[in-house]
Amino acid sequence: MSEEKNIEQPSKQAKTFENPYYAKREVTGPDGQKFIVDPMKDYFSDECPTVHEPNSIPVVEKFLNWARAESLWVLGFGTGCGSIEIGPLLTPRFDAFRYGVMPRPTPRQSNVFIISGYLAVKTLKRVIRSYEQMPNPKYVLALGSCTINGGMYYDSYNTINRLDQYIPVDAYVAGCMPRPEALLAGFNKLKELIKAGKAENANEYAKNFDWYKANQKKIIKDWNMPDYNW
Amino acid sequence: MKDLINKLSKAYELSDVVYQRPNFTYATANKENVISLITQLRDLEGFSHFVLLSCVDWIEDNIFQLSYILNNPTQKYDLAIRCMIDRKEATMTSAHHLWEQIATYQRELKEMYGIEFPDSPRLNEDFILEGWDDIPPMRREFDTKKFSEETFFPRERPQSNDPATYMKNKMHPDEWDNTPSSKG
Repeated sequence: MSEEKNIEQPSKQAKTFENPYYAKREVTGPDGQKFIVDPMKDYFSDECPTVHEPNSIPVVEKFLNWARAESLWVLGFGTGCGSIEIGPLLTPRFDAFRYGVMPRPTPRQSNVFIISGYLAVKTLKRVIRSYEQMPNPKYVLALGSCTINGGMYYDSYNTINRLDQYIPVDAYVAGCMPRPEALLAGFNKLKELIKAGKAENANEYAKNFDWYKANQKKIIKDWNMPDYNW
Repeated sequence: MKDLINKLSKAYELSDVVYQRPNFTYATANKENVISLITQLRDLEGFSHFVLLSCVDWIEDNIFQLSYILNNPTQKYDLAIRCMIDRKEATMTSAHHLWEQIATYQRELKEMYGIEFPDSPRLNEDFILEGWDDIPPMRREFDTKKFSEETFFPRERPQSNDPATYMKNKMHPDEWDNTPSSKG
């Protein structure tokens, strides 16, 4: 391998990333009227997320937290290999429904995001979009060692090592892969945290929005979407 | 199958022929001959199915090895045509006119190894990686561990112990010292 140093390094590619879907363009309406559409401004709100303060009356807040803990609606987005465990979890064999856990097809209807295993940078971009589209209060359950320290992909060029640098995580379920029973234990832990008022990470995300956004933009080079996706 | 290889060897200067299995043969051809060779194999010799196109990076020899694997469905026979191309000017004639799906393989090789295939459709579009602006990641001079450490906020890993040393020091110190040599 001593000759390796003599080999010329290929130059890094200079690229610009633009999404044609978000380009500013002139559109002709049905009555022939022409107007300019700027999707980045017209289709999305550019307002940053805000902190939702807990209710000032402790008893009411406790009741709300109890109600939140009993309605965990999971976003059906399998990001990695761990999503294979979510199928049996929701079938009669393990029956997560008895814990108030049910799957939903879109981020707008769900409040729990299961990050099931490794995240490629490409997937992380979609995860961030989906997470930001979920309504408050929202919780993140991270599965497997990949979300904790990269797991067996710790030296991969394309999978992240620590999920909590990009979106806030409420509870981890360790293992490679965790079985459905472990996932149920994770859900019960998440319930405990919510009932104790400790699962306020959506607020942390709003407070440290700039820090999270800087971390996300550091690795997502083709950031061709709005900063905050309502 | 040896008849076919002997016949092709005269016309296309095949070298390094390896009869790997009864139904699988490797052969190496020159970069200039490869496209006409696989065209003949497809049209005249019955190798109508294209299996895959892959690449190996031989950084020590400064070459990329491309392997075109073809299959003859009637004879149930695979033939892998290898070809060595220069690593510094990694360019290869595109073969997408023979099988359409080769264009997809060529997009992948462009992205992962930086090999140019002139006139191949959609070659410069992002394929698997999105927004990649470093050197192609499957080239062996790309240090993936260093890249990961610089980019992805590595978490400090726990120190792992050598099991033998750990047992010796912590768990059974007496038993380990009872070897004849330690008694002196």
